Amino acid sequence: MSYLEYTVKSTPTGPGKILYLNWPLIILLCAVAGIGTLMLYSVAGGSMSPWAEPHMKRFALALAGMFVVAMVPIWFWRNISLLAYLVSLALLVAVALVGIEGKGAQRWIDLGFMRLQPSELVKITLVMLLAAYYDWLPMSRVSRPFWVLIPVALILAPVALVLKQPDLGTSILLLAAGGVMMFLAGVHWAYFATVILAMAGGVFAVIKSRGTDWQLLENYQYRRIDTFLNPENDPLGAGYHITQSKIALGSGGWTGRGFMQGTQSRLNFLPEKHTDFIFVTLAEEFGFVGAVSILGLYALILVFCIAAALSNRDRFSSLLILGVAVTFFLFFAVNMAMVMGLMPVVGVPLPLISYGGSAMLVLMVGFGLVQSAHIHKPR
Amino acid sequence: MRRPGRENTESQRRITRRGLILGGLQTGVLGVLALRMRFMQVEQADQFRLLADENRINIQLIPPTRGRIFDRNGAIIADNVPSYRITIVREQAGDVDSVITRLAQLIELDPDELERARRDLRELRGDTPVTVADRVSWSALSRVAVNAPALPGVLPEVGLSRRYPAKGDYAHVIGYVGPVSERDLENTDAPEQLLRLPRFQIGKIGLEAQRENLLRGSAGTRQVEVNAAGRVMRELDRQEGQPGADLQTTLDNSLQGYCSARLDGESAAVVVLDCDNGDILACASSPSYDANLFVRGISSTDYRALLENPYRPLPNKAVQGIYPPGSTFKMVTALAALEDGKIGLDETVYCPGHLTVSGRRFHCWKRGGHGNMDLHRSLRESCDIYYYELALRTGIERISAMAERLGLGVQFDLPMTSVAKGLAPTKEWKLSNRGEPWVVGDSVNAAIGQGFVLASPLQLAVMTARLATSRSVTPRLIKSVDGVEQPTGHGEDLGLNENMLREIRNAMFAVSNSNRGTAYNSRIVEDAFRMAGKTGTSQVRNITATERAGGVISNKNLPREQRDHALFVNFAPFDTPRIAVAVVVEHGGGGSTAAAPIARDITLQALYNGDPPLEAYPTADRPAVKARQEQFRRTRPLPDAEAKDRA
Repeated sequence: MSYLEYTVKSTPTGPGKILYLNWPLIILLCAVAGIGTLMLYSVAGGSMSPWAEPHMKRFALALAGMFVVAMVPIWFWRNISLLAYLVSLALLVAVALVGIEGKGAQRWIDLGFMRLQPSELVKITLVMLLAAYYDWLPMSRVSRPFWVLIPVALILAPVALVLKQPDLGTSILLLAAGGVMMFLAGVHWAYFATVILAMAGGVFAVIKSRGTDWQLLENYQYRRIDTFLNPENDPLGAGYHITQSKIALGSGGWTGRGFMQGTQSRLNFLPEKHTDFIFVTLAEEFGFVGAVSILGLYALILVFCIAAALSNRDRFSSLLILGVAVTFFLFFAVNMAMVMGLMPVVGVPLPLISYGGSAMLVLMVGFGLVQSAHIHKPR
Repeated sequence: MRRPGRENTESQRRITRRGLILGGLQTGVLGVLALRMRFMQVEQADQFRLLADENRINIQLIPPTRGRIFDRNGAIIADNVPSYRITIVREQAGDVDSVITRLAQLIELDPDELERARRDLRELRGDTPVTVADRVSWSALSRVAVNAPALPGVLPEVGLSRRYPAKGDYAHVIGYVGPVSERDLENTDAPEQLLRLPRFQIGKIGLEAQRENLLRGSAGTRQVEVNAAGRVMRELDRQEGQPGADLQTTLDNSLQGYCSARLDGESAAVVVLDCDNGDILACASSPSYDANLFVRGISSTDYRALLENPYRPLPNKAVQGIYPPGSTFKMVTALAALEDGKIGLDETVYCPGHLTVSGRRFHCWKRGGHGNMDLHRSLRESCDIYYYELALRTGIERISAMAERLGLGVQFDLPMTSVAKGLAPTKEWKLSNRGEPWVVGDSVNAAIGQGFVLASPLQLAVMTARLATSRSVTPRLIKSVDGVEQPTGHGEDLGLNENMLREIRNAMFAVSNSNRGTAYNSRIVEDAFRMAGKTGTSQVRNITATERAGGVISNKNLPREQRDHALFVNFAPFDTPRIAVAVVVEHGGGGSTAAAPIARDITLQALYNGDPPLEAYPTADRPAVKARQEQFRRTRPLPDAEAKDRA
């Protein structure tokens, strides 16, 4: 394979860029968001308000944002990634100081026109920074301990801040996404093996520490773990969500109960049915066929992203695209595993389908970066 | 960005390699998710569909069956009976008012209950069943059931409710249950879900409250399918709770019933103990009240009537009431002095009718005095001067120590409400509680059970049982829990000199059986069952010097609340003591006239295990006893179960 000089000249400019967008990816994203609108219409009992309509508008806005991000050359994004990271970290610190509390956690900053959730923002800026870091770092140093410790610190800083909010779901996502970035960049296997072993030890310690004065997690997090391991123990209390969720999911059968016919969601048995548990409504109303279709759509998005990454010979671009894809993957995989009772309930939305502005905006910005990398790839 | 080509290619290769590995891992995860979906939505679909299909799933608490309470022979004291009630669900009823109007034509509705129900129907959630009629009869329930189509939203329900067949006989000992109040919830650290069930009942007082933990049991749960209107369609899963433990008490149903009847009309209390093991055979306080009144929540009128009754029906006078024991305390003073060696068994003290101690004159109840008194005669005739003298010789500390050995001033650990400790006073006690030093006159008063000395009827019965057996008999109320026998109160030897005790017992025998004894009129003439006792009359007012000079006003000329308390303690049969009895009649007058006859009747009833033959009574008493027996048989027919046994 011959090396092609990476020059500005060979990249498209002006409105012509639109032709170089990854259109199949955009169509897939629109399809998923459309399904999201449909489901929100359904869980509201056949009404565009209060969720479906804002969801649609937000998606339109986010799509526009994606185009804007896509039009900006990828090297600009690479050059500001450290700044973006630092800004999002500062916002996380700010949220700890002046944030708005909701549902027992302090997660939002009120900007006046919107409520910003910096923990969502940091998901993208962390991926950007790590991609830029490994783009800058010569290959020969990637596995040197010092050069491994730097990205570890870059990952752990936002994780610690998010964990303090407390938001276990997002911190796990950040940790996983960061780890995957390092893996992709080619950090030596041995590091990952060590970390996995250490994590096993950590899990052991977390379980052992319960009830002692050096308890590592909050009580509500332990309760979630208990509930996950044995939801039947407390079907009216902590296990209620997961029990009802499984009933709804399972009762969908092959083809589901029909659009707007899901009794579990109709009768309000489902908790958080418009956010974290929306996949359950989908599975209840459209059955196995519907659920697997959504899974297929998500898989296709991944496939297009991976293909775009592998066909891109710019290191930053490849890493960034794969990072965004992995973040996206973690979102829906964790959400689905959670509602199916394979994971504790940690509060991760289903991307582009769950109702929620910050998460959608951030994901679409991420896909904007993917598009930008795609348009401005070395040819 | 420019870079030497070789490294860039190498790095791209590595990214490609690792990207593909990652892609593989992601595919694996997607596969797991798809398989899980398949498993839940295809393989297990029927099961989940069943759970969700058409119906909602409700998880309900099954209230445990409360443990029952029996007497020592298995007669039931506290039972659970089915209770029927009519409830209305607003959502389902539609026009509530017209449904209630139709319902009122079928069965009688209590206006108070109805008003409460209307309020609940307005305020509670639409799917909550609200009780409109409680404790309806079976026939009323079936009338409602037959007319169900015309009464949408009306549901007949069956539950268990507490019933006390003997009504008032056990109201003080066993107590009663009642609906959980806000205060009950506040007093529990972590109220169980169970306590929040509507109309759940918990023990409020007496044994029911003291052994709530044993009697309550633990709740079960059931998962039921309910239709859109909230009606239970079928049960899906059931986890049985643990029913409460059945308690067998040491009480004897027929004796307890007799005691209640015998005390009727007085403000009085009696305790009957088994001398051998301390079993409380009967423990009655009069007047009593129907415990069933409290089960559903007593009406304010009824409750006010109980509160305002001057005879005070609510407290359990047998264990909660404390009285100056009067002359029944003389055995304690005598034993303390004898053991201390301050008086010999035959030594005499001269009684001139009064004794002057540090300038204050103390009187004997007999104005002219008894003359020369030894232990036997002083106890038989209840001379006061003899005991004043003993108190001066031996001091309060020894007397109180002896009182505590015999069970006075000691709090017994019994599952009843407010078991009183009484008081065996000491110098230290007076100083710290009254802020005054002990004076010798206090000892003189204490010697005859007046002044600071206080004891409950239960403690007096324990004292008598200990005197009769020389063992530290302790009272016991619970015989067995779910068939498991509880430890008895047989007790160790008290370590008292047997010669002295024998002398005391002989003197107590003379109280009842010598024609000079204070309780001779209330003796038992059946030789096998003769009893030994001691009368007591405790003053509740001060007699002034002027009154004494003009002659002490007799009890019948005083207003009731100034009359003396009448006491009597006894054990029987004299040779092989089986039971010990203590009777206190508040403001009853003299112990020999007001308390002794009651104690004698109860003793005979206990020893014969039923109505005694008239031959056991002195000839003079027989007509009165016969009349009373007949009256009791009329007013207190035997309970059904017992009647069947005898038939």
